[in-house]
Amino acid sequence: MTQSFRLENVGLVNRDKKLSFKFNGKTYYGYEGDTLASALIANGIHLIGRSFKYHRPRGFFGAGVDEPYAIVQLYRNGETEPNVKATEQELFEGLEATSVNCWPSVNFDIGAINNFLKIFLPAGFYYKTFMWPKSFWYKVYEPFIRKAAGLGVASIKHDKERYEHKYEYCDLLIAGSGPSGLASAYAAAKNGARVILAEDKARFGGTLLTSEANIGNKSGKEWAEGIITELKEMPNVTVKNRSQVFGYYDHNMLVMSERISDHLPKTKKFHPKQRLWYIRAKEVLISSGSIERPIVFGNNDTPGVMLSSAAKEYLKVYGVLVGRNPLIFTNNDSGYESAIEFKKNGVDPIILDTRKNPQSEIVNEAKNLGIKIKFSHVVVAAQGYKKVKSADIAKISDDKEQVGEVENIKCDCICVSGFWTPTIHLASQSGNKTKFNADIDAFVPGISKQNEKTLGAANGVYTLDETLKSSFETGYELSKKITKKDNKISFPNVVEKKSTIHDKFWCVPLPKGKNYKRFLDFQNDVAVSDVEIALKEGYRSIEHVKRYTTLGMATDQGKTSNLNGLQLVSKIENKVVPAVGHTTFRPPYTPVSIGAIVGREVGKHSKPTRKSPMHSWHEKNNAVFVDAGVWLRPRYYKKGNENLFEGSKREAKNVRTNVGVCDVTTLGKIDIKGPDAAEFLNRVYTNAWLKLPVGKARYGVMLREDGIVMDDGTTTRISENHYHMTTTTAQAANVLSHLEYYLQLVWPELNVNVVSATEQWAGAAIAGPKSRDLLQKLFPNFDVSNEGLPFMGYMEGDLFGVKARIFRISFSGELAYEVNVESDNGTFMWKKIMEIGEEFKIQPYGTEALSTLRIEMGHVAGSELDGRTIPYDNSLEGLLSKKKDFIGKRSLTREAFTTEGRQKVVGVIPLDKKTSIPEGSHLVKDSNAPLPNPKLGYISASCWSVEYDNPFSLAILKDGKNMIGEKLFVMSPLKNKVIPVEIVSSHYVDPKGERVRS
Amino acid sequence: MLYIKCPHCGMRSQNEFSYGGDASVKRPELNKEISDQDWDNFVYNRKSLRGKHWELWQHLSGCRQWIKVERDTATHEIFNTLKANEDIS
Ligand SMILES: [Zn+2]
Repeated sequence: MTQSFRLENVGLVNRDKKLSFKFNGKTYYGYEGDTLASALIANGIHLIGRSFKYHRPRGFFGAGVDEPYAIVQLYRNGETEPNVKATEQELFEGLEATSVNCWPSVNFDIGAINNFLKIFLPAGFYYKTFMWPKSFWYKVYEPFIRKAAGLGVASIKHDKERYEHKYEYCDLLIAGSGPSGLASAYAAAKNGARVILAEDKARFGGTLLTSEANIGNKSGKEWAEGIITELKEMPNVTVKNRSQVFGYYDHNMLVMSERISDHLPKTKKFHPKQRLWYIRAKEVLISSGSIERPIVFGNNDTPGVMLSSAAKEYLKVYGVLVGRNPLIFTNNDSGYESAIEFKKNGVDPIILDTRKNPQSEIVNEAKNLGIKIKFSHVVVAAQGYKKVKSADIAKISDDKEQVGEVENIKCDCICVSGFWTPTIHLASQSGNKTKFNADIDAFVPGISKQNEKTLGAANGVYTLDETLKSSFETGYELSKKITKKDNKISFPNVVEKKSTIHDKFWCVPLPKGKNYKRFLDFQNDVAVSDVEIALKEGYRSIEHVKRYTTLGMATDQGKTSNLNGLQLVSKIENKVVPAVGHTTFRPPYTPVSIGAIVGREVGKHSKPTRKSPMHSWHEKNNAVFVDAGVWLRPRYYKKGNENLFEGSKREAKNVRTNVGVCDVTTLGKIDIKGPDAAEFLNRVYTNAWLKLPVGKARYGVMLREDGIVMDDGTTTRISENHYHMTTTTAQAANVLSHLEYYLQLVWPELNVNVVSATEQWAGAAIAGPKSRDLLQKLFPNFDVSNEGLPFMGYMEGDLFGVKARIFRISFSGELAYEVNVESDNGTFMWKKIMEIGEEFKIQPYGTEALSTLRIEMGHVAGSELDGRTIPYDNSLEGLLSKKKDFIGKRSLTREAFTTEGRQKVVGVIPLDKKTSIPEGSHLVKDSNAPLPNPKLGYISASCWSVEYDNPFSLAILKDGKNMIGEKLFVMSPLKNKVIPVEIVSSHYVDPKGERVRS
Repeated sequence: MLYIKCPHCGMRSQNEFSYGGDASVKRPELNKEISDQDWDNFVYNRKSLRGKHWELWQHLSGCRQWIKVERDTATHEIFNTLKANEDIS
């Protein structure tokens, strides 16, 4: 198919590079440098989708970020992406796109019945209609709406693309590379400032690309190219195209998304698709320009009705005609620029100007060119369904309230200009209190809250001369403040046409007897009548009107609709626009892909993975790993076809019979030094620490100030003023912060230092009746007898030339030790233990067996110390010192914590000694009681006891102290299980601690 | 993201810090009688001010020092930062 709307020798696209692409399955051609929108228009395609609510045909309205209609589903390199604006998507070879929100096809759309049958969906329609009858929602309404509506389909496949995050600092961040952005960047850069200049589009220059003005002796476009070339070569400047600064956050932190590969058929190797920049700028210059405002008239959503500036951009940048028979509808001089551009390219436009008798250079130029102009005229309604075929036009009265006799004229597009709306989103996001400027009928930035300034059109300044002057000056002044340099560049001479004032006219009244839909919000199909209904129904706040009608709530965030909506509300309410106020601007300014927000932190990279020094040994020995916090720990070591249950049972059994070894490197370790260390521990732990001798370990429990158990572990006195504290794997970081808090803020008089030593030591727990025999062989020259190294003893040993710390501690109900060596020697230690342990039938055991062993002996761990239990609940009250104060002690006297019948940890055995008890199940008295069945407690941890060969669980049970011997029921609605159980002591194995002391 | 001046390290981004609550709260002295009400005030009751607020932050991924930060809870403006041993004026 030929590009029949493409002009020869006009535009900036590369005609040497023809690209093929598909839209809705059909192949077309465009050029390198096209957007999908410009390429489609070049091929005469104006029907691109269906509207959200009424499924009316949709074409193109703009040429950039403000586009409300042309949203497509994009297919690129085997991936698909929804919510892509055709006006922003650059064309590449092989691009494929399809229409969204139409079913079964864009040309025949079932949802359009909403339109033809006049079942118009007024404001609040969804709230009112689909509420009743309730059963209809799932069966009828939802499936229908889902099938017919939506802005595309999100892929459910894993995204193979890579996204990056980058942190950057600069003196000046300049958002937008139009005249004000270029001028301020240039002035600041020449004065030595570190500048980042960001441009959303592929081409730099903004409106200079389409402007007729001259700067110095160059055209605007040439001037822009010269500046950009110079800026790119400066070492203190970063120039980024395809980069949207979309969010202005606290303390001058701005976020920018850079589209690195979206314009290419395929992402290059090692390149990211997009990069998110977090930029901390000393000063921010907002040069985001302005967006043309539509004028509201009947059927103003028909394909072919578009912004006049967009028509000009398609022509001048892409060499594409949006029509051959254009009608320009304007209330200001801008429309004339587009008309003159058409005329120059051999197309005869007709101008309808709402103004009666405007006098300006450009109006005269248009007259001299012989362009047909109708003053005091308006478009009453566009005619045509899938494309504009003609327009009903009429004269408008001087008071703009009455339209005269309607006349129909032929045209194939209507280019609208209702003056300009400054893009104040970033300024508003920064906290700037915007103000209404009646001269331009729009809000402009007011007083800055952060270090930002808005320049040029974004600040409501619409002449090039003034824009450049103030931008040069601002760039120079701000850079001078930062760099203390004084290199001021001379200001170029600007030649531009003088324009005259616009007409404050934004909505064409309906002719008598006609009831055309006049749309305010083109993406969400919000018409004038919808806002009228909302106000009639009593909505007053603009924020409420917005939500009820969905005005400005689509993905374009009302870039082209907000102000006209405000004008309407202010007219009906008879208030001035500033009194109505605008809705809040929130980031992001344009949609940002989720991938870019997430960055590299996906899957395994969402958190760092920590591995013990013995990790590769575990891998080689068939360890099945489990995530334990950020650590990877062996869950069990698989032998043959064993499953988790069989493997862990074998490992735990071997500990009870022979000896096992477990990697305990992940335990938190904190080195504590200083003359007041003992006193500090005495305040942190609930039990007494002042008299712990050197070479001894002690088990301790620490509380939060609210009395809840924070963590437990052993701490060993290595020397007079040196302690080695262990914490649970999960709480290691919190405990360190906790200790630092008390040392730095609460008791700074204590002379103590704490530092994490978790990574410095590799740890192996050796447990089982044969562990001492093994230990003796590991340390043949040391006395590790029960007298030489008693329970809770500590000694330093020499493991075949490697310095080792040996702790006699046990959490398994067996004689056990923990050996620590410096991390680099971890694998050496482990291999020695395995090698020498062979004669004692040693087997490594993982976290599952570790858990079984601790549950059997009734040692509480994370599932009981869950941030909701106090020492009593865990049968740890024996560790509460009565003689001294400690963190959280005062809270333990609170009524709820001392009440009779307080919950306590117990053991649970199924009566049949066979049925496994699901963790999290509830304990109840009567399994047949009516719901809600009073809950007496819950199962915190379950295992298969290898000692007794039956299931055993721990539970936190109401009045647990007096429940031993009771028969209750375990109920798990999730697993659909009811199990009769008996309550027993939580200490199932070695209740008197004989084995651990043997 | 806030930009916080650590008195030890200089200007650093918020993601290096963790929040630690109201800096004006004083832990009651050890081994001293204290009423339930006073203890509850220490453990639970906070003013949750709107406006200027002295609060604790820990420079977790930096020097690990707890610092005092005077911040406006509504606007996030930071007026002053102090070391742990410096008194709030
Ligand atoms: Zn610091």
